[in-house]
Amino acid sequence: MGIELLGKTNIDFIGLRKYAFLLSAILVTLGVIALVQLIRGQANLGIDFAGGTSVQLKFEKPFQLDKARHALDVNGFKDSELQQFTEGNKLLIQIKKAVAGERVADKILAIFAKEFADNKFAVDSTTEIGPKVGKNLQHDTLIAVILSAIGMIIYLAWRFEFSFGVAAAMATFHDVLSVLGVFFILGKEVNLLLVTALLTLAGYSLTDTVVVYDRIRENLRLRPKDLLGEVMNSSINEVLSRTIVTSSTVFLVCLALFFFGGEVIHDFSFALLIGVVIGTYSSVFVASPVVYEWRKDKKIRIRTKR
Amino acid sequence: MWRSIQWRAGLIVFFLALSILFLVPTLIDPLPKWWTKVMPSEKIHLGLDLRGGMHLLLEVEVQKAVESAMDKYASDIKDALTKKDIPFNQVERTPDGKVSILLPDSKANDRFSQIRSDQYSNLRVASFREKEGKFQYLLEMNTKEVKSIEDSAIRQGLETIRNRIDQFGVSEPVIAPQGENQILVQLPGIKDPQRAIELIGRTALLEFKLVDDENSLEDALKGNIPPGDEVLYQKAADKETGVVTRRPFLLKKRSLMTGDVLTDARMRIKSDFNEPYVSIDFDARGARLFDQITAENVKKRLAIVLDNNVYSAPVIQERISGGKAQISGSFTPEEASDLAIVLRAGALPAPVKIIQNVTVGPTLGQDSIDKGMRAAIIGSVLVVIFMAVYYRLSGLIADWALVLNIIYLMGALASMRATLSLPGIAGIILAIGMAVDSNVLMFERIREELRLGKTIRAAVDAGYDKALFTIIDSHVTTLITAVVLFQFGTGPIKGFAVTLSLGVIINLFSALIGTKVIFDWINLKKQLKTLSI
Repeated sequence: MGIELLGKTNIDFIGLRKYAFLLSAILVTLGVIALVQLIRGQANLGIDFAGGTSVQLKFEKPFQLDKARHALDVNGFKDSELQQFTEGNKLLIQIKKAVAGERVADKILAIFAKEFADNKFAVDSTTEIGPKVGKNLQHDTLIAVILSAIGMIIYLAWRFEFSFGVAAAMATFHDVLSVLGVFFILGKEVNLLLVTALLTLAGYSLTDTVVVYDRIRENLRLRPKDLLGEVMNSSINEVLSRTIVTSSTVFLVCLALFFFGGEVIHDFSFALLIGVVIGTYSSVFVASPVVYEWRKDKKIRIRTKR
Repeated sequence: MWRSIQWRAGLIVFFLALSILFLVPTLIDPLPKWWTKVMPSEKIHLGLDLRGGMHLLLEVEVQKAVESAMDKYASDIKDALTKKDIPFNQVERTPDGKVSILLPDSKANDRFSQIRSDQYSNLRVASFREKEGKFQYLLEMNTKEVKSIEDSAIRQGLETIRNRIDQFGVSEPVIAPQGENQILVQLPGIKDPQRAIELIGRTALLEFKLVDDENSLEDALKGNIPPGDEVLYQKAADKETGVVTRRPFLLKKRSLMTGDVLTDARMRIKSDFNEPYVSIDFDARGARLFDQITAENVKKRLAIVLDNNVYSAPVIQERISGGKAQISGSFTPEEASDLAIVLRAGALPAPVKIIQNVTVGPTLGQDSIDKGMRAAIIGSVLVVIFMAVYYRLSGLIADWALVLNIIYLMGALASMRATLSLPGIAGIILAIGMAVDSNVLMFERIREELRLGKTIRAAVDAGYDKALFTIIDSHVTTLITAVVLFQFGTGPIKGFAVTLSLGVIINLFSALIGTKVIFDWINLKKQLKTLSI
């Protein structure tokens, strides 16, 4: 046989659930705070959701960030946010205030053409988004995410039972909220690309969870007399090596994206990186223990049909 | 067993050939002539975030179309009253889109009532008041008519914008209605976004109005605008200094003619000054109208007004009956040719407002593609090496499934003419991750079965069987998510959902058939003592 990262393990995951729940509670609380702040408009919401203007310029020569800031200040754009990418002398200017009917991007370009007359630049991208569009996008995205969660719960409830469906949904939201929380603490921007990343990792986390559940179901059928906690523990241990192998390969891909993918998907791959770690953790330490808490005192057998 | 292997291998090869067929246009450029005649020639479409270009979301201000319809009613009613010598104090459109009519006595009211029921029965009386012997009506359109005006404003707007873009010359533009009153415009690879916005966003309402020389312009500028008049400006930029000057004109508000009577508009160059101008041709009705207007107003000034900007106001020297006119101003050749385009394509029935504008420069787009490709290749190579090291020969089989997957997925994207964007690549990453996972699941299971001391054949079969349900469960859950996101998500989220759902379906095929067939074949051909896994 080839290499084995893990031999036979025998970790008491169910027994560790108190600690896991504590850690998860902290992560989720952070996420909820981030979500509330997002809804209140206090967090760093990208302009695709908040509305506003962003302009990215690529200068020929290196430039002083201070000079750029000063140029915007004196020309009436005091509330602009600047970000400098040293690679390729790039500058990102964002103004997170949507002004209906005004061509803010043009004004900014004109300012830079005047103030940086000795340093030519190319326009990498400009984005202008009206306030209504952002609101619509927020609304549509929310609806889509909620509906897909419901669809997933229904399928899992049918394949396993209701408690599994709900616990899987909880684990998935746990991961999404955790990453959101991390982004909030780091002050990183919440934009449409991050939402895509969150959806991607929701997919991973779900797959992970389903794999564990499947093994639990199988073992419940094989060992009908054993305690739920024991069956869960041995099931998680049995799939642990698969979980680690899969997560490592995904982590490898995300690492490549993070280091070589360029600035556009930098935050996206960062979200995936932490998402894979949290998703792996949650499928082992959260998804099954939640079902355990739910079902441990009930005498009813868990359905094990295929 | 042998037959079943043949069947499955045949299926794999068939899909592989099909995918490669669809991928040829993307990989080979230019295509040989004979190919384009019989074979698919569509490349994989890249989203604007990858190839550069402009994405605009326009909101059609439909209420403006309704207002101008009411304006027309107001002026119609005014004409009808004048024609029948019915005295009136006031006929005008109110700011909230109704027509207010004030009549001085009951005789006028009776005669107007007659006209109203004969000709304007489609207008509802919103209110009617009799005060100090005067009669006041407020008329409004019924909701059905309002709706149909709004609908046609969007439909015509769409058509007009499509005409303008076609004449401007952009390859593969997307122009589509979105939501209730929005138009989506995507222009890939556009070089001069500024100019495109001017072209698309302009209402291009061309009007001919008389200059009011009887009243004083100075008085009007102080705020005493005579009734029925308005002040509009001519903007001119000095070619040397770039300073923009605004010259006011006092005009009669009523437009004598509008641009809908044009048949053609072309950019021409005045030979003596080398100055561009736009020559316009009228249709028969327009020619007649223009003839009449110029005959009646010789020695007066006729202003040519576009979107409430005065372009020129020449003195009518003599009656013009040829059905031709020209618009001069201090144009650059581009400005003149763009103006000709918008005049040819016609005016927008209602102004549009740009509510979303995302422009990605070609360099950034190329940069994203290059870096994205590099990252994807590095990532894939890492995974391939990892699998081969970790699972040895079996890992190579999994790598084969991975390659199969990517080719199938790209082929499917090309055949469906789906657009690949950054979120789409995210979907592919997730799908590839799941493909690897499917193999890991099976291999780990096979290892377990081998540990139990089963024969290789039995271990492979049992491993596949047991992993099967897990793989189906995880894929179906992901597919449900993807389909819902596709159905209810917008733009970028949709792109993610498309590649993900395609990837998931293809995964199921290549994981369950693509690798198993190789194991079965090895098992059948060579009675293995050990399995490299």
